[in-house]
Amino acid sequence: MTDYPADAILVLLETSPTGELAKSATGLLGAAALIGTPVALAVTAPGRGDAQALAEQAAAAGAERTLVVETDAVQTQLTVPQVDALAAAAGAVAPDAVLISNSIEGRDIAGRFAARTSAPIAVDAIGVSRDDEGVVARHSVYGGAYNLESAATFGPLVVTVRQGAIESRAEARPIALETLELQASGAEATTIESVEAIEEASSRPELRGATRVVSGGRGLGSAEKFALVEELADALGAAVGASRAAVDAGYIPANHQVGQTGVSVSPQLYIALGISGAIQHKAGMQTAKNIVAVNKDPDAPIFEVADFGVVGDVFTVVPQLISALAERKR
Amino acid sequence: MTEEREALIAAVREFADAELAPNAARWDAEKHFPTDTLRRAGALGLGGVYVREDFGGSGLTRSDAVAMFEELAKGDTAIAAYISIHNMVAWMIDTFGDDVQRERWVPGLTEMTDLGSYCLTEPGAGSDAAAITTSASRDGDDYVINGVKQFVSGAGSSAVYVVMARTGEPGAKGISAIVVPDGTPGLSFGRNEQKMGWNAQPTRQVVFEDVRVPTTNRLGAEGDGFGIAMRGLNGGRLNIAACSLGGAQWALERALGYVRERETFGAPLATNQSIMFTLADMETELQAARALLERAAAKLDEGASDVVPACAMAKRFATDAAFNVANTALQLHGGYGYLHEYGIERVVRDLRVHQILEGTNEIMRLIVGRDLVNRL
Amino acid sequence: MKIIVLVKEVPDTYGERKLDLETGLADRAASESVLDEISERALEVALAHAGSADGVEVVLLSMAPESAAATIRKGLAMGAASAVHIADPALAGADLGLTARTLAAAIRRTGFDLVITGNLSTDGSGGVLAAMLAELLEVPNATALSSVEITADSVSGTRSTDDRAMRVSAPLPAVISITEALPDARLPNFKGIMAAKKKPFETLTAADLGIEPQDLSVASSIMTAIAEKPPRTAGVKITDEGDGGTKIAEFLIENRLA
Repeated sequence: MTDYPADAILVLLETSPTGELAKSATGLLGAAALIGTPVALAVTAPGRGDAQALAEQAAAAGAERTLVVETDAVQTQLTVPQVDALAAAAGAVAPDAVLISNSIEGRDIAGRFAARTSAPIAVDAIGVSRDDEGVVARHSVYGGAYNLESAATFGPLVVTVRQGAIESRAEARPIALETLELQASGAEATTIESVEAIEEASSRPELRGATRVVSGGRGLGSAEKFALVEELADALGAAVGASRAAVDAGYIPANHQVGQTGVSVSPQLYIALGISGAIQHKAGMQTAKNIVAVNKDPDAPIFEVADFGVVGDVFTVVPQLISALAERKR
Repeated sequence: MTEEREALIAAVREFADAELAPNAARWDAEKHFPTDTLRRAGALGLGGVYVREDFGGSGLTRSDAVAMFEELAKGDTAIAAYISIHNMVAWMIDTFGDDVQRERWVPGLTEMTDLGSYCLTEPGAGSDAAAITTSASRDGDDYVINGVKQFVSGAGSSAVYVVMARTGEPGAKGISAIVVPDGTPGLSFGRNEQKMGWNAQPTRQVVFEDVRVPTTNRLGAEGDGFGIAMRGLNGGRLNIAACSLGGAQWALERALGYVRERETFGAPLATNQSIMFTLADMETELQAARALLERAAAKLDEGASDVVPACAMAKRFATDAAFNVANTALQLHGGYGYLHEYGIERVVRDLRVHQILEGTNEIMRLIVGRDLVNRL
Repeated sequence: MKIIVLVKEVPDTYGERKLDLETGLADRAASESVLDEISERALEVALAHAGSADGVEVVLLSMAPESAAATIRKGLAMGAASAVHIADPALAGADLGLTARTLAAAIRRTGFDLVITGNLSTDGSGGVLAAMLAELLEVPNATALSSVEITADSVSGTRSTDDRAMRVSAPLPAVISITEALPDARLPNFKGIMAAKKKPFETLTAADLGIEPQDLSVASSIMTAIAEKPPRTAGVKITDEGDGGTKIAEFLIENRLA
């Protein structure tokens, strides 16, 4: 019988369709290290040799050890194999919390696991911490208008963590791999009939209802140069908007117009590039949670509503911003 | 308002927001009559709001209807007004038709797969409606119709034309109401009139040249036509007034938004007392109009004896008040109000004709005044 | 076949949404409440099947304050046959565990072949309920379906996650959740709205379902703190000195916007 850390935080590792550790895992292990000792769990198909590689990557990201459950069921059944594995691991480790990625798969696993073990669940956390009484999850709700904290009355808290929300990274540890025997629950599961990997979707979100919007104005100068707005939008996964002036100048079709006579948006992030900020434009965007503006004219009215304004040339500031964002992704 | 009416009105509002408002400017500019959208209005139940339910009507009251037309008009006044005319036609066939006639025409009208037009006014007979000259002469079991009808909404797109034609002596007593289906030989249409507003619905002359229909197409008895036409207009007047109210209410709300946003001399327009007085008058006028309209609709529902002057009063007051409110909303917008893209000038153009049709506001005064004088 | 559709009333996202800073609950007075659009799509899946197969009964289920009844009725106007409304002040602020236990009890009481929910509600919470219900009801869960085929004894569909698309199928009874890729709901018509008044509408309390909301022996999740994001203060305005783009990137990262 292995001795598990008293402050163990069980982290369910997500894998890509090809069996590699998913990006989200690094953040989960980083979060776990903030509140205890990260113990990782990987559920993989046998015979592919993934286990060792996963354990190595998990250790590099801070896992004290990696428990591996190998089962064929992971390829043919939805959710249930991971929940069975998680139940077995939680039974052995007795963690203070279980961290799972807030992905579609992760939420299903977390939901079934919490229901099976009668554990309280905290969904879509953007941060975790620990106080005298245990693990606390932090949430941002209603489009970022409110911050909440939640905790378990007792027992371990199951937390799904928003992907990319945790900046903190844990220090690498030596590799430790443990195989865990799976006790299949026999719970009826949905059958996976076929799987195919999908390419990163390149289509931009629709302007109305978008959580992020990058808009351009007459300051872009031409339809060709307006591509810079689209480039930044794609880097942020944002929708593309425009001022009336940009639409009138023919840089972009009218359905992108933000403002009194165009679309009203209320995104978490609104970036205005080369937009002066006429009242008619502001009427359609000033409820945005965060406004960033770049404009050559220091007196442009857009700066009155911007949380962060840069007086400067769009064509030098924005390319630098795009490469800074790209660098961060790597 | 009852919970049920609230739910019904909410459904109409949702329809107007989703189907009418986003398209109103384009339909106006392109003079497009959106028959596909009208079919969806029919599916909702707007084709025969106060038509009996056995042939597909919604079986609601006039009070329900005025509240609905107000909501529709907030989305697109011209389309709301057309739907109101269509309802008048459907109601006339439902009320004055026999079961054979109802079964034949009402289902298509209530679904709005078939549209209806009302043909009363002629080039030489407007306010003096009893002076119409379009004739329907008996030939065996048929009528042969000759004449021209003016300002017919929906003409050229409708499946059913309810035509007031002279079958007997001069004056009101010699008129019958006859249903002429589209495609009847001899039926033709003038060009789509170039109008100040109401561009989203076609207005044409309807020309009858030896148009032959069976006498079984006549609604009610021979000579009942003028009465049928006038009874249709009582409800028609309320619905048009409700459309005015909706258009003006929308304009007022836009103006309110504008004066809160717009700054002059360092302060929002809305803080200016003269602006506040103007807004207060606009709101008061509209509420007064709505009260008068609801009262008249209730009278129509209960069949009160003074329903004719009540409807006339409501129509006159509401269409005048609404036009003035919309025009004031345009003024509050300054130069922007004059631009197409703000939508205000369209509503002003659309509402102007409501003071003229379904009986001019001068005729409304005549009805009210005569009623007063005759009461003595 | 009996299909239960979970429907939820949410604050309209087009209006301002507020939380009560004392209780952490949605401030229902602050904004208009509507039937969540994803709930409507879930209902559309059920109604479309009911329209194409015989003997399909669609039941609405909602756990919401008394005031949500009118919103639930809209689902009846759209064509559901009956509604079950769990309205109990003791359930206000229920955590996901209590919510799932209560809904599962109601689903068992009604009886079901298929439960359909939206994948995520617009007021933010969850995305886990379908899986929780499946576990409690001891049936398979097929979530995030972007297409659904229902037969007399099975449900199948396409499930798209962030990086893969899969075909899945499950025998009935089952719990599924659907995404907004599925068609928009039909508009209720006047006849539906009027008929809705006469349809069975059952209002239940937690006690009716044998649920004890204040059962302290069951671990639950509690809100320990709430704060409104401070109102917009005068923003920062800098002049580009060659590092403007980097400064924006830092601002975005600091505020978790990139």
